[in-house]
Amino acid sequence: MVLENIKMPQLGESVTEGTISNWLVQPGDHVNKYDPIAEVLTDKVNAEVPSSFTGIIKEIIAEEDETIAVGELMCTIETEQKEEVRSTDQFDNKTIEKDSAQSVELDQTDMKKRYSPAVLRLAQENDIDLSEVKGNGRAGRITRKDIEKVIADKGSGLETAPKPATKPKKPTNTIEAQNGDKEIPVTGIRKAIASNMVRSTTEIPHAWMMIEVDVTNLVKYRNAEKDLFKETEGYNLSYFAFFLNAIAKALKKFPELNSSWAGDKIIQHKDINLSIAVAHGKELFVPVIKNVDEKSIKGIAKEIAQLSQKARNGSLTQEDMKGGTFTVNNTGSFGSVQSMGVINYPQAAIIQVESIVKRPVIIDDMFAARDMVNLCLSLDHRVLDGVISGQFMSHIKEILENISGDTTPIY
Amino acid sequence: MQKVHRMPVQNQFMTSYMETKGGKMMPILSYIQAVTQAMKEEMERDEKVFVLGEDVGVRGGVFRATEGLYEQFGESRVIDTPLAESAIAGVGIGAAMYGMRPVAEMQFADFILPAVNQIISEAAKMRYRSNNDWTCPITIRAPYGGGVHGALYHSQSIEAIFANQPGLKIVMPSSPYDVKGLLKAAIRDEDPVLFLEHKRAYRSIKEEVPDTDYTLPIGKADIKREGSDITIITYGLCVQWAIQAAEKLASEGIDVHILDLRTIYPLDQEAIKQAASKTGKVLLITEDNKEGSIIGEVAAIISEHCLFDLDAPVKRLAGPDVPAMPYAPPLEKEFMINQDKIEAAIRDLAEF
Repeated sequence: MVLENIKMPQLGESVTEGTISNWLVQPGDHVNKYDPIAEVLTDKVNAEVPSSFTGIIKEIIAEEDETIAVGELMCTIETEQKEEVRSTDQFDNKTIEKDSAQSVELDQTDMKKRYSPAVLRLAQENDIDLSEVKGNGRAGRITRKDIEKVIADKGSGLETAPKPATKPKKPTNTIEAQNGDKEIPVTGIRKAIASNMVRSTTEIPHAWMMIEVDVTNLVKYRNAEKDLFKETEGYNLSYFAFFLNAIAKALKKFPELNSSWAGDKIIQHKDINLSIAVAHGKELFVPVIKNVDEKSIKGIAKEIAQLSQKARNGSLTQEDMKGGTFTVNNTGSFGSVQSMGVINYPQAAIIQVESIVKRPVIIDDMFAARDMVNLCLSLDHRVLDGVISGQFMSHIKEILENISGDTTPIY
Repeated sequence: MQKVHRMPVQNQFMTSYMETKGGKMMPILSYIQAVTQAMKEEMERDEKVFVLGEDVGVRGGVFRATEGLYEQFGESRVIDTPLAESAIAGVGIGAAMYGMRPVAEMQFADFILPAVNQIISEAAKMRYRSNNDWTCPITIRAPYGGGVHGALYHSQSIEAIFANQPGLKIVMPSSPYDVKGLLKAAIRDEDPVLFLEHKRAYRSIKEEVPDTDYTLPIGKADIKREGSDITIITYGLCVQWAIQAAEKLASEGIDVHILDLRTIYPLDQEAIKQAASKTGKVLLITEDNKEGSIIGEVAAIISEHCLFDLDAPVKRLAGPDVPAMPYAPPLEKEFMINQDKIEAAIRDLAEF
């Protein structure tokens, strides 16, 4: 084994430096001569750097995004061919001929996946994934010492850290854009949404429930008031304000729903701060209306209007998004009649308010045309069970079906 | 007890002394001086002990192993024999059956072959075939091994010939301290013991040997060096080469564990299993021809019991499979085990 250096090559006339945009190999990888090892960006070209040797990548010296001069060290590689040259100086000739002939033969095949009985046993007993262990033996073979080191490190918690770091890399490699596909980089809000959703669905055991509510009275009441309201206040009297009002009242009665999972305990919140989902363009914001239970229909409608406005012109602040204890999603606004929401982590539940649809309903053995709406609840089954959630939903139904100027004044 | 390996010194026949930590004087003995001292002490302790062999009397042995014994104990207990190895063994066996404690010397191990019938068919089987009525407490000493320009008939390793004869014990010590303790134990043993001394070690290996009466257990291997990377299992003079190679490689970060078999028949199986399992990379060394040697049996024990601790194929370093140790110095050097060969083999295993 001879350690060789791979240096930044001259990637074009007058090119003096290059930026490593992407390493294509990792330490421990076996590469053949001329295999690409890194992508490099220079001011003239965007090129792949080929390996000058066959061997095992030992150490990556230049980091990604680092700009280094031509001739500077990029990485080191342990080559296989030159064994004889070195060993002949050290031992007497005859032993060497035998020994090196044997080792060259071994080195030609990658030993990374040739496991000795001891290595297999230790890996099995200690639940170690051998594909993630770096081999320090000949031609990358994992030795018993390597495994024993992993076991020792595992005990002190060192091993757990690198594991998740290597895993997410794999799936990104498996999907590749075909001709004509458009690649959209995942950045900013999309990235945040993605990681929140992954966290919520992987961590929270979701359960779902849907109830059907007859909101004929609400529709009548709101239709009677909306024009005057718009005229006097300058913004819409939306159905959503009534739903938020009803949900806040129900949360007051069932504070269990207004809580968060905190690992060893459940935190029940005193304030009722409703996160509302507001879509804008390709993005989704979840601003918060605070203390909804203390606000009139008008007050709620006003805040909805303000937050929507802010979302549209992109002036929502971090302050607007903070402190939510329960989420209400107005899925009905785009015509949905049923959906299964993903809980807004770390809250305990989310309600999706669906479209209000006129449907024939049987009342007193007669058909009647009624305004119907579905409310879909997703709940964190660690915090909540079916019974309490059912009572909560029934209570909302009762409030909504009995809405009138008397029970729910606008001002 | 601290064991010190010394390089050969000029005045090889004199007992020298060195200061020890406790301030007490402890003599430095060569390998052959330890042989002499063990016999002398046993002859003083037990009048049934006597030695017989070619030129062991007035001459004091061709290697001087019995030097001074004739003068001290007289011709009736230090007996010169004719050049007839079969008779030396046979007389000894007969005397042993009559309750004596003979120490029979073969001048060279190469010459033991005429005595094979006596040793294997009589001595080794005595207790078994007489249903425990008779025993045969004989010790047969023989200098073996090469590296002394002894050529074909003065360099052989003959242990494998005797090493599958239940009833016979074969002891092959690696150091003066072990020689004294094991030879005294062999003389006191109720059954026949073949005691093989490496002739190259006679005057090249020296260490502190207490002048007190002590024995070492026959059938027990000894850890000569603790290590965690590579296990070497060997015996006799090769132990010394292995220790030197290990000390050198320690500075390169290769930590070698050395097990000295000491008794090569019957083998100390527990010690072999433990030593092999400790590192999972095993190097077996013998000066004997590779095929059919003792270390093949050691390898078999390891493969029977230690499969799931092995991290590399068991490696054997041995003499070539040629009929005898050549006389030509370059060929003799090629045949012999040495520190460089062991170093190369350790490196190869360490890299694996």
